[in-house]
Amino acid sequence: MRILLVILLLTLARPVWAIGPDEMLQDRALEARAHAIGLSLRCVVCRSESIEESDADLARDIRILVRERLTAGDTDQQVVAYIVSRYGDFVLLKPPIKPETWALWFGPALLIVIAGTVIFVRSRRKRIVNQPPLTSEEEEALASLIENGERS
Amino acid sequence: MRLRFAIPLALFIAVAAGLFAGLWLNPQELPSPLIDKPMPSLHLDPVAGLDNVPGFATDDLGGSVVIVNVFASWCIPCRAEHPELTKLIHDPAYKGRVHLYGINYKDKPEDARDYLTELGNPYERIGADSNGRAGIELGIYGVPETFLIDVKGRIRLRFPAPISDADADKTIRPALNKLLAESGK
Repeated sequence: MRILLVILLLTLARPVWAIGPDEMLQDRALEARAHAIGLSLRCVVCRSESIEESDADLARDIRILVRERLTAGDTDQQVVAYIVSRYGDFVLLKPPIKPETWALWFGPALLIVIAGTVIFVRSRRKRIVNQPPLTSEEEEALASLIENGERS
Repeated sequence: MRLRFAIPLALFIAVAAGLFAGLWLNPQELPSPLIDKPMPSLHLDPVAGLDNVPGFATDDLGGSVVIVNVFASWCIPCRAEHPELTKLIHDPAYKGRVHLYGINYKDKPEDARDYLTELGNPYERIGADSNGRAGIELGIYGVPETFLIDVKGRIRLRFPAPISDADADKTIRPALNKLLAESGK
């Protein structure tokens, strides 16, 4: 019974944002944009968290910077472009699709296609090789065909 | 018959070699997108109460090879690298040719003053970055970080760690020598 309760409570668990009430913008729309941008930016100190979730000081500074720039009128792309210009593509939690990242994005699918093709081709070859040996009737028919062929 | 095994084997060796080489890479280190680009425009006031040490602005660069070191009094590795920085800048080979500027990152002026009084001040200029914005402009992700600037004011090296003796010999000095040779100074 207790286990069921624990499971129920776990399903209600939400991610904890690191952002404090003092950082949040009054303008709801701007805050929503800031939050969305923040979720896409990696905290370069904690590396696997976004800046919205990270408690690191630098994450807080960048959250504040994002909100300031949005308030100053930057578009979402301008804000992200600025952060990327300082920290590189690594700061984006979703790597952009560029020649440098093609292997990352298309590699697994490509490997599956190659592996699948190889398996398929080899299985067809095997089917031809693993024919059951000729029955005695088939052997007689084959022998007579050969004889007839030699005569003509 | 042999060819069927040769291709997957070759692929495996290629991938294994790549991954093996990767063992020597440092996954913690972030490549800076600012390399070879001009230093971002910064204008930092001097640290309050620190007489005779002017602030630091990007305009002060250009014309000579500069080491820009981001440090803070609350940063323990900064204390560790301080003697190394002092040794580097007092090297007779670099006298008058290499300058050391500091950026005091998210620090209180009184703490910075105490830090420099205690350990000595090797910096010709120190810019106070109390809100950390200059640090973000430079793309730092920790303290200390050191940047080497060439005579044209471009960032040529970003060293995101405290400079040890070995680091100075293996990385910093060769880089400084290269920049000096380039500039003919």
